[in-house]
Amino acid sequence: MQLILKMILQRLGLGLFTLFVVSVIIFSAVELLPGDLAQEILGQSATPETVAAFRHELGLDKPAIVRYMEWLGGAATGDFGKSLANGREIAELIGTRLANTLLLAAYAAVIAIPLAVGLGLLAALYRNTWFDRSINIFTLSSISFPEFFVAYILILWLSVHAGVFPSIANINESTPLWDRLIRMFLPALTLTLVVTAHMMRMTRAAIINLLAAPYIEMARLKGLPPRVVILKHALPNALAPIINVIALNMAYLITGVVVVEVVFVYPGLGQLLVDSVSKRDITVVQACCLIFAVVYILFNLIADVLSIATNPRLLHKK
Amino acid sequence: MADTDEILLSIRGLKIEGRSEEVWSEIVHGVDLDLHRGEVLGLIGESGAGKSTIGLAAMGFTRDGCRISGGTVTFDGIELTRSSVRTRRALRGKRIAYVAQSAAASFNPAHRLIDQCTESAVHHHVMSRSEAEHDAIDLFRRIQLPDPEDIGFRYPHQVSGGQLQRAMTAMAMSCRPDLIIFDEPTTALDVTTQIEVLAAIRDAVEQFGTAAIYITHDLAVVAQMADRILVLLKGDPVEEADTRTMLAEPQEEYTKSLWAVRSFKRPEKPLAPPEETPVVSVDHVTAAYGTLTVLHDVSFDIHRGRTVAVVGESGSGKSTAARCITGLLPPTEGTILFNGEELAADYRKRSWDHLRQIQMIYQMADTALNPKQRIRDIVGRPIEFYLGLKGKKKEERIRALLDQIELEPDDFIDRLPAELSGGQKQRIGIARALAAEPEFIICDEVTSALDQLVAEGILKLLAKLQDDFNLAYMFITHDLATVKAIADEVVVMKEGKVVEAGPKSEMFRPPHHAYTDLLLSSVPEMDPDWLDNLLKEREEAGVKIESAGN
Repeated sequence: MQLILKMILQRLGLGLFTLFVVSVIIFSAVELLPGDLAQEILGQSATPETVAAFRHELGLDKPAIVRYMEWLGGAATGDFGKSLANGREIAELIGTRLANTLLLAAYAAVIAIPLAVGLGLLAALYRNTWFDRSINIFTLSSISFPEFFVAYILILWLSVHAGVFPSIANINESTPLWDRLIRMFLPALTLTLVVTAHMMRMTRAAIINLLAAPYIEMARLKGLPPRVVILKHALPNALAPIINVIALNMAYLITGVVVVEVVFVYPGLGQLLVDSVSKRDITVVQACCLIFAVVYILFNLIADVLSIATNPRLLHKK
Repeated sequence: MADTDEILLSIRGLKIEGRSEEVWSEIVHGVDLDLHRGEVLGLIGESGAGKSTIGLAAMGFTRDGCRISGGTVTFDGIELTRSSVRTRRALRGKRIAYVAQSAAASFNPAHRLIDQCTESAVHHHVMSRSEAEHDAIDLFRRIQLPDPEDIGFRYPHQVSGGQLQRAMTAMAMSCRPDLIIFDEPTTALDVTTQIEVLAAIRDAVEQFGTAAIYITHDLAVVAQMADRILVLLKGDPVEEADTRTMLAEPQEEYTKSLWAVRSFKRPEKPLAPPEETPVVSVDHVTAAYGTLTVLHDVSFDIHRGRTVAVVGESGSGKSTAARCITGLLPPTEGTILFNGEELAADYRKRSWDHLRQIQMIYQMADTALNPKQRIRDIVGRPIEFYLGLKGKKKEERIRALLDQIELEPDDFIDRLPAELSGGQKQRIGIARALAAEPEFIICDEVTSALDQLVAEGILKLLAKLQDDFNLAYMFITHDLATVKAIADEVVVMKEGKVVEAGPKSEMFRPPHHAYTDLLLSSVPEMDPDWLDNLLKEREEAGVKIESAGN
C-alpha cells in the first residue's frame, strides 16, 4: 500500500510540474498576441491618457513576470481575476459552466464507456465474424465524420424527423434533472459516437493480443467457455492499456466538447471559451485553458494509478 | 504401472494439419496409440516431431492454425474428433488435464495460485469453492510445496519456477482426472529443481492412479517417468516399447542415434604450464546490479586452446561473469586481464583490438541475428568493421568462413535468418564471432535451445574450430552432459561465488564439494531406477546428517 502512496505522490508532483509548465506556456502565448489589450477594449478613439489609466487599472503596466506570478497565485487559490468583457468574477462565470460541461461529459461517459468496452469484448469474443466486422465499420465511420456533421445528422433524424429529442440543449439551474437528461441526450450521443470507436478498438486489440498467451490456452484446456476465458483470464491482464485509452477519452469529453456545445447551444465551458476568444476576453481564455490542462493531467494521473493498482506484479512485491 | 487392462485412450490413424501462409500441410501423419488406465506413456522426439500437437489432440484440442484432418481420438468411449464443443469442454480440466511446459507463462499473472488451482473443480461443479480450497491446500502439501497453507494466496510472480511447476501439477489434479498430459514440464528448470518436480509428479500420478502422457525430448527423464515409450520423428511413429526394453535394445536406426547422442566426448587437454600467461584472467571480480551484488570475488583463468566450462543454476552468476569480461557490466572491484594486460572495465574505453579479441556466441540464435539482414551482411559486417576488408576480399573471407562452419557458401550467402534451421542459425552465430578473428570466444548456453543431435553437431564444430585456430572458450552452461563432452576445465558457480574449480577429470571424480555433488547427482541417467535410487540415497543421507547432528 505504501508503495502505491509513494507512487501517487510522485505522479502528483510530476503533474504539478507539468501544470506549471503549461501555465507558463498559456501565459506567454497570450502575452505574444499582437496588439495592446487596453487599446483593443477601449477602441481606436480612446485618448492615450485613458488607455494608460486603463492599463494601470488592469495592471498591464507591471512587468510580465510580476503579472504572471500574480495570476498564478490567484489561480492557485481559485481567484482567476475579473472578466475583461463584463467585469464579472471569472471564478463565478466558470463555476456553473464547468459544472455543466462535467455533467455532459459524465453523461456521455456513462453511455460510452460500458458500450465501448462491452462492444470491444464482444468483438474479441466473436472476432473475424460478421458481428465483429459490422461493429468495426460502424464505429470507424462514426469517428471518421466531423463532430458537427454527426451532430447535425442526429438533429435531422432524432429531432426534425422523429421529434423525440430537442435540438437545442439550453438548460439552466432551474431545469429539473430528468428534463436536463432529455435535452442533453443529443449532445451526449454525439460525443458517445465520437469516442466509442477508439475505446472499443483498443479493448478488442488488447484482448486479442493476449489470446496467444500460454495462460489463455491453459484456461481453455480447463474446459472454460470462451466468455469466461476472455472476461476472467484475458481482461484483467488487458486493463492497463484500456484504462489509459478511457482516461484520454474522458479528458477529451471535457476539453474537446467545444464544437458540440456550440452546435447544441449548450451553456458549457467550451462555448464560454469560444465566446471569450471572439470577445478577446483574454483572462477568461487563460482560465479555461488552465482548467483544461488540469483535467488532462488529472485523468492521466488516475489512469497511471489504476494501471498500477490492477497489476499484481507492481502491487504485491516479491 | 498399469492397474487394469482397460483402455482409457485410443488414438487411431490421427492426422493433423498445420496452416502456414494459407496453405494446409500435414504435420502428423497417422499416429496410433493406446493408453491403459493408470499407465504412463512417454512421447519423445526432437522439436517438430509433433509431440505437443498429439498431446493436445488427446484432449480434442488443436492450437490456432492447426486442425485434425483424419483419424479418431477415443477417450473412455467418447470419440472426441466428432463430439460437440460442449462435450469436449466438459471433459477438459475435469477428466483430462494439462500441465504445460512453462508454468511461469501458463499461470495467469492476474490471479492468485489458489484461484487458478480451484478453478476447474469449481467450474465443473466437482466441489464447492471452500472444499476446493481445502483440497488444493491438501494437494500442495502432498506435492511438498513449502508453506502449503499460504503459498496458494500468492501471485505467480511471487513463487519460484520449480514451485510453480509443482503447483501446476496440483492444479491438474484438482478434479482427480483420469488422464493428465504433461508437456515438457521440467524442460525450463535447473537440474536440481527438476528432480523435485519429477518426484512430485510421479508421486501424484501413483497416488491417484492417474494415466498420463509424458512429453519430453529428454530420454533420461522419460526413462524415470514412463511405463512405455513411443518415439516420434516428424509426425510419424518410429518405435514403441516398454521403457526397459526400449532402453536396453532400441530397434530402429533413429532411436539408436537418439540414444547415442550423449556419447560425444573429446579428450581433455592437459593443464597449461603454470608459466604460460592466460588469455583471459578474471581477477577477484565483484559485480553488482544496482545495490544487489551478484558476483563475489570471482577468479578464474582461461588458457589458449582450452575450454573452460562455467556451470551453475540460473542466478548463479555465470552470465554476469561473461558480462564483466566483455565490459558490458563494469565490475565494482577486481580486474579482467587479457594476455596479462589489464582491460578497461567499460567496453566503451577498450581499444579496437581488445574489442575484436573477445567475441560472443549467444543462446538464442533466433534473436541474436538481425532478421532483416542476409547472411552476407551478418558475417560481412565484423570483417569490414574489424579487419577493414572490402569488396572482393570481404566476399572471399565470408565464403571461407561459411566453409569453415560447414555451410555451402553458394547456397547460404544470400539467405535470410528465417530461411535457416535452428542449428544453421547457431552456425552463422559462430561464423560471425569467428569473422573478427578473436583469440577468445564466450559461448553462452549455445546448445541449450537446440535438439540433442543438432547440439552435438555444434559441439563438434566448436571443437574443430578450437583445434584449427587455437581458440580459448568460456563455455557457459547448466547442462553437465555438455560439460562432459567439451570442457577441459570446469568452474562451478553458486550464488555468485566460485564453489569449485579444476580439470574436468577431477571434477567428475569424487570427492566433490557438496554442491558439485548435488549438481552432478541431479543429472538424470538413462536408468529407469535412477530416480528411485537417488531419492532413497538422499533420504538416507539426510537421515544420517540429522542423526549425526543429534
